[in-house]
Amino acid sequence: MKWSVFIAKNFGRMVLLVICVSIVTFWLMKLSPVDPLQANVGQVALGSMSQEQIEKLEDYWGVDEPPVQQYLGWAKDFIRGDMGTSLVYRQPVTEVIGEKLSNSLILMAAAWILSGILGFVMGVVAGMNQGKAIDKVIKGYCLLISSTPAFWLAMLLLMIFGVWLKIFPIGLSVPIGVEAEGVTIADRIYHAFLPALTLSITGVSNIALHTREKMIDICGSDFMLFARMRGEKGFRLFQYYGFRNVLLPGITLHFASISEIFGGSVLVEQVFSYPGLGQAAVNAGLGSDMPLLMAITIVSALFVFGGNLIANILYGVVDPRIRKGGAVK
Amino acid sequence: MEKHMRKGTPVLKIEHMNIRFTQYDRGLHQRELPVIRDLDVEVYAGEMVAIVGSSGSGKSLLAHGVMGVLPYNASMGGTITYCGEPLDKKRLDKLRGTEIVMVPQSISFLNPLMKIGPQIRKGSKDPEKKGKLRNIFKRYELKEEVEDLYPFELSGGMNRRVLISTAMIENPKLVIADEPTPGLDLKVAKRAMTHFRELADMGAGVLVITHDLKLALEVADRIVVFYAGTTIEEADCADFKQEETLRHPYTKALWRAMPEHGFQYIPGSQPYVKNLPKGCPFGPRCSQCTDECRGEVPYRRFQGGMVRCLHAAETEVSE
Repeated sequence: MKWSVFIAKNFGRMVLLVICVSIVTFWLMKLSPVDPLQANVGQVALGSMSQEQIEKLEDYWGVDEPPVQQYLGWAKDFIRGDMGTSLVYRQPVTEVIGEKLSNSLILMAAAWILSGILGFVMGVVAGMNQGKAIDKVIKGYCLLISSTPAFWLAMLLLMIFGVWLKIFPIGLSVPIGVEAEGVTIADRIYHAFLPALTLSITGVSNIALHTREKMIDICGSDFMLFARMRGEKGFRLFQYYGFRNVLLPGITLHFASISEIFGGSVLVEQVFSYPGLGQAAVNAGLGSDMPLLMAITIVSALFVFGGNLIANILYGVVDPRIRKGGAVK
Repeated sequence: MEKHMRKGTPVLKIEHMNIRFTQYDRGLHQRELPVIRDLDVEVYAGEMVAIVGSSGSGKSLLAHGVMGVLPYNASMGGTITYCGEPLDKKRLDKLRGTEIVMVPQSISFLNPLMKIGPQIRKGSKDPEKKGKLRNIFKRYELKEEVEDLYPFELSGGMNRRVLISTAMIENPKLVIADEPTPGLDLKVAKRAMTHFRELADMGAGVLVITHDLKLALEVADRIVVFYAGTTIEEADCADFKQEETLRHPYTKALWRAMPEHGFQYIPGSQPYVKNLPKGCPFGPRCSQCTDECRGEVPYRRFQGGMVRCLHAAETEVSE
C-alpha cells in the first residue's frame, strides 16, 4: 500500500513537472524571433507567395490563434503520442527522438558508469588518505578537470587521438560509406569511444570531489574513531565502516549527475559530430524546429526526473534508517 | 600508609601525562593549548578507578590519548606504562581492541549502517565469537533479535549494554569507560556503572571517566579528582565519608556541594585552559591560597592518597 502511494505521488510530480517545463519552453519560443511560417516553408518560398496564399497558410497552421490555444493544441496532440513533424529532419519527431536517443544512450550510459565508478574510487582513496601525496594528486586532477570546459577537452582528445595518432575516428557514430546493415556493434563502440571518454573524464571530478569530502567526514566521525580504538585498521576500516556510509551519498549524487552528463553530451556530441540527442537539440534550436525542441526538452526533463527518482528509491533500499524507519510507522 | 594493599604491577600507570593542542590564533600565530597538563593515575587488576572532573575539563582526551587516537594537531607527553612496560605505538597497535578496550559514551560511536551483532563481533563469523556474544546478551538481558537491529533502533537502556558488550566480547585486561552515564536516569545509570564494576570483579582494571562523583563513589574503589587539566587528589572512596579525610580544598568543596552534605557551593568556575593561573589552578578560588601556591605545586603522597596542594594538613580522624 505504501508503495502505491509513493508511486502515485511521484507520478503526479512527474506530470506536473512536464506540464511546467513544456509551458516555459513554449513561452520562451513564443518570445523568440522565430517566425513559424518562415521556418516551415523557407524564406525563398515565402517571398514568392502571394498575400492570399500566405494568409491561407497562416490560417491552416493557426498562426493568429492566441498562444494559449496554440499550446493546448500542441498538448492535445502530444498526449495522443503525436509530437509533430521535425522541420530539420523532415521526419516525425518520435522517430527522430527514438533514433538519436538510442545513439546518445550508449554514450551517456558508458560515461555515466565509468565516471561513477572511477570517481567513487578516486574520492574514497583521496578521502582515506587526506593530506597525503595521493590525495593531493587526485584533488589537483579533479580541480583541473572541473575547471576545463568539456568541449575544449573534446577538441583536445580529437586532435590527439583522431587527427595526430589516427587511433580513433574524428567523428560520427558509424563509419562513412558503409551501409546501415553493414555497421557492426564494434563499429559503434569504436565511434562512441572518444566522446564517451570525454564525458567520463569531466564527469569524474564532481563525483570524486564530493565523495572525498564525505569520506573525510566519515574518517573524522565518532564511529570511525571508535573502530580504530577497537583495533580496526587498513582496508577493514573502509570495508566495514566506510563503504556503506560513503556509498549512500554517492548514489544520490551519481543519479543526480545524470543531468550533468546530459548537458555535457550536448557540447561533446557537437564537437564529435555525433548524431545524438544533444546534437539534435542544437540543430533544432538553430533550425527553429519547434516541435523537435519541445520534445527534446521534455525528454531531458524526464531523464533528470527519472535519475533523481531512482536515487530516492535506492536510498530507501540501501539505508536502513529510511527503510526501517518507514516500516516501524 | 596504603589503605588497600594493591598487589603487583599496575595494569595501567600514567605519569605526568600532558596533551597539548596546537591552534592557529590570529593569522599565522600558533598557540599551544595545554588541555591536560599533568595527569597521574594508576589502575590495578580487579580495581575500578574513577576519574572525576567537571564537564569541559578535558577528561575524554585522556581516553583518546591512552588509545592513541588523538587528533593530528594534538601532541602528548608523559609516560604510559601497561603491565609494567611502556605502552608504545607498536605495542598499543597490537593490544588495542583486544586487551585494552574503550567503551564510548554514546551510540554515535557505532557505525550507523552496520547491524549490532556483526558490529560487536567486528564482522567475525567465527561460531565461538557468536556463542560468546549470545552469552553476553543473555547476561545483559538483551534479546537475541537485538543482534539484527541497527544502532538507531536501540532504546536508551539498550545502548549502554550494547556498548559495554563491545568490551565484553574481547578478553580485556584494561577497560576505559568514557562518561558511561550521560543523560541517563539514576536507575539506568547505576546499572551501567554496576556492569563496569562486574568487569573489574572479573579481573580487569577499569578506569571510568565521569563527572558524576556520587555515582562513582557507589561502585569505584578509588577516586581521582581532575581539575583544570591536572589531577589534584587521589582518594579511596572511604575517604569521602567525611570531609576531614579528604585532602584537597577543591575535593572538600566538592564534598560540601553534594546534596547530602549541605549543597554549599564556592563562587567562581573552573578556569579555561587559555587563561590558567600560575601555579595551583585552584588558587584563585581557594581560601587557603598563599604566595607559594603561585609556584610549582608537586603531586605528592599524603595520608594514603595523593594530593597536589601545599597546605593539605594532617588530620586525626577517628573512624
